[in-house]
Amino acid sequence: MRYQSQKVAYWFFALSMLLLSLQIIYGFIMGFAHLGYDNLHDFIPFNTARAVHTNLLVVWLLSGFMGAAYYIIPEEAEQELVSVKLAYVQLISLAVVGVVAIVGYHFNYWEGRKFLEIPRPLDFLVVVNVLLFLGLILATLFKGKKRTTTSLVLSMGLLFAALLYLPGMIWFDNQTMDSFFRWWVVHLWVEGVWELIMGGILAFLLIKITGVDREVIEKWLYVIVGLTFISGILGTGHHYYYIGTPKYWLMIGGIFSALEPLAFLGMALFAIAMYRKGEKRHPNKVALNWTLGTAIVSFVGAGLLGVAHTIPQVNLYTHGTLVTAMHGHLAFWGAYAMINLAIISYTMPNLTGRKLYDTGNGTLAFWLSNIGMLGMTVAFGVAGVAQVYLERIVGMEFGVVQQEISVHFAILIVCATMFTVGICVYIYEFVKYGRPSDEAIYLTN
Amino acid sequence: MLSKSNARFFFLGGTIVTFAIFLGLSWRTLSVDVPRQTNAQDITPEVVRGKHLWESNNCMGCHTIFGEGAYYAPELTKVMERREEAYVKLLLTSKEPWAPRGRKMVAYGFSDQEAADLIAFLNWCGKADLNGFPAKPKYQHLNTNK
Ligand code: HEM
Ligand code: HEM
Ligand SMILES: [Fe+2]
Repeated sequence: MRYQSQKVAYWFFALSMLLLSLQIIYGFIMGFAHLGYDNLHDFIPFNTARAVHTNLLVVWLLSGFMGAAYYIIPEEAEQELVSVKLAYVQLISLAVVGVVAIVGYHFNYWEGRKFLEIPRPLDFLVVVNVLLFLGLILATLFKGKKRTTTSLVLSMGLLFAALLYLPGMIWFDNQTMDSFFRWWVVHLWVEGVWELIMGGILAFLLIKITGVDREVIEKWLYVIVGLTFISGILGTGHHYYYIGTPKYWLMIGGIFSALEPLAFLGMALFAIAMYRKGEKRHPNKVALNWTLGTAIVSFVGAGLLGVAHTIPQVNLYTHGTLVTAMHGHLAFWGAYAMINLAIISYTMPNLTGRKLYDTGNGTLAFWLSNIGMLGMTVAFGVAGVAQVYLERIVGMEFGVVQQEISVHFAILIVCATMFTVGICVYIYEFVKYGRPSDEAIYLTN
Repeated sequence: MLSKSNARFFFLGGTIVTFAIFLGLSWRTLSVDVPRQTNAQDITPEVVRGKHLWESNNCMGCHTIFGEGAYYAPELTKVMERREEAYVKLLLTSKEPWAPRGRKMVAYGFSDQEAADLIAFLNWCGKADLNGFPAKPKYQHLNTNK
């Protein structure tokens, strides 16, 4: 840590850890419901559990990205954050909006638009919050001595993410149009601008961990985010196959989305190549695991499992089945959960001054959570493929099929337990680091 | 060898070109094709109220419509072809808990008017041209469940 104001990052990371724990609890509620034990239904019906699970996911990931930006931007720009006080205001208001939304979901206060359940009045508060965040980040960046490619890509990702949230707030009477713009948020986030955020954080981590020359890393960063947008923007078409939109999207969405894995492949090769090339061996082995891990697992979860159902002929049968849930889990985990856990693992010793590098617990958390999540992906996948064949190809009734495949949710729960133990160990380590301290300034890098 | 400024040019150029194409296609889709494929002229006030009920109760949190939503309860795009209207009305208006094959649905107890609005919405959804989704199962004829 070089600048006092970087300490703000810690509190965003702490909020992330808290919301991640809650997210997992609601995941279990749904896992049990699929298995046939929907016992909490009267208090937490499935749609509540689901809205909470996915919204907590998005909020903890965003909170982590914000923390990452508050850490990275001052360091890259060589400039203290313009206002620490406002950053805390932003943190608290983010937490408040999040909590109000989550509580509201338990009282039928929401908008049933998958992933965008936050009611529109609260959306305006989200906008104000994000404007404050962007104001602080951009003001720091422009006041700073340096504007590095890494910090520009990261800020651009955050700025575009905010802009793309707006079309999702427009009201339409036509379900198809509603859906059309919902994808401008959901798809263009995860397969567009969030990849810029991920790429920016990844580049920062690689510069620090491998010691490879910044110019080399940032050149490849441009290539990767270039591939992301060239494939991902028109790749939005893979959500416009079967929702009342015209047939030309089958061709366009099919071709461009099939190219999307290139960006993730680029990220994986990039991370591995820089690691091999680097002469510096940073002692923070845990951060290194997560950094290489996120590059590789995102390629598997988003790239390979995405392409598996992105061809229109396949998607006609898999669209809206548990196959989608299989991909959704490993993609979100590999790309965005793991990049957050990577930057947290890297920054904690620097924020607190406690050099707990390379601990057994850190490694254990990494492997348990990854193997657990991989097992969950397989369980969702087996259930999903069976569902597709029995319901969509053989034509059996939905409920009959669900009973047939419910056994896979027992496996899901076993793997989810392993995953959860891994996350608990991670959070235990996080807590063990303690609070950030000014004494950590210049102590570490 | 590729230089950094070439790489930046690739990124900015590629983004601008693909985004321009995307905006053009989206314009065409929304102004011409979607209204035709979804019979926009049939979006009556009942359908709009039905959509509003669909959203304010987060039905998509269990079901899918046009293949979008959750995987806990059945796809509903073609539900009005599968079921009698009276059956759908009954389950929407019922105050009794209902749990076909163990899957519990919230007992909403909608009024007759609300049920009619939701049915109008589902009827409208069922008539949209979705390029062949949901596909007719290949082996339906081997099946005894209707
Ligand atoms: C990190 C990146 C990604 C994340 C986090 C992600 C996540 C998700 C999620 C959560 C859904 C369900 C969305 C909904 O129904 O509202 C979804 C759907 C989908 N994703 Fe991804 N995805 C990623 C990348 C990709 C890539 C690179 C591809 C293709 C190569 C892809 C192909 C698809 C397809 C075809 C669907 C639609 C499934 C359906 O029809 O039900 N995804 N993705
Ligand atoms: C203990 C761990 C977890 C369990 C048991 C679990 C279980 C579930 C279940 C049962 C669903 C609902 C599928 C449906 O609609 O029927 C779901 C949805 C979802 N979960 Fe999890 N989950 C867990 C952890 C996670 C984590 C760590 C992530 C992200 C990294 C995640 C991301 C998602 C997403 C994106 C969806 C929506 C998927 C879609 O719409 O296709 N979950 N989860
Ligand atoms: Fe997508």
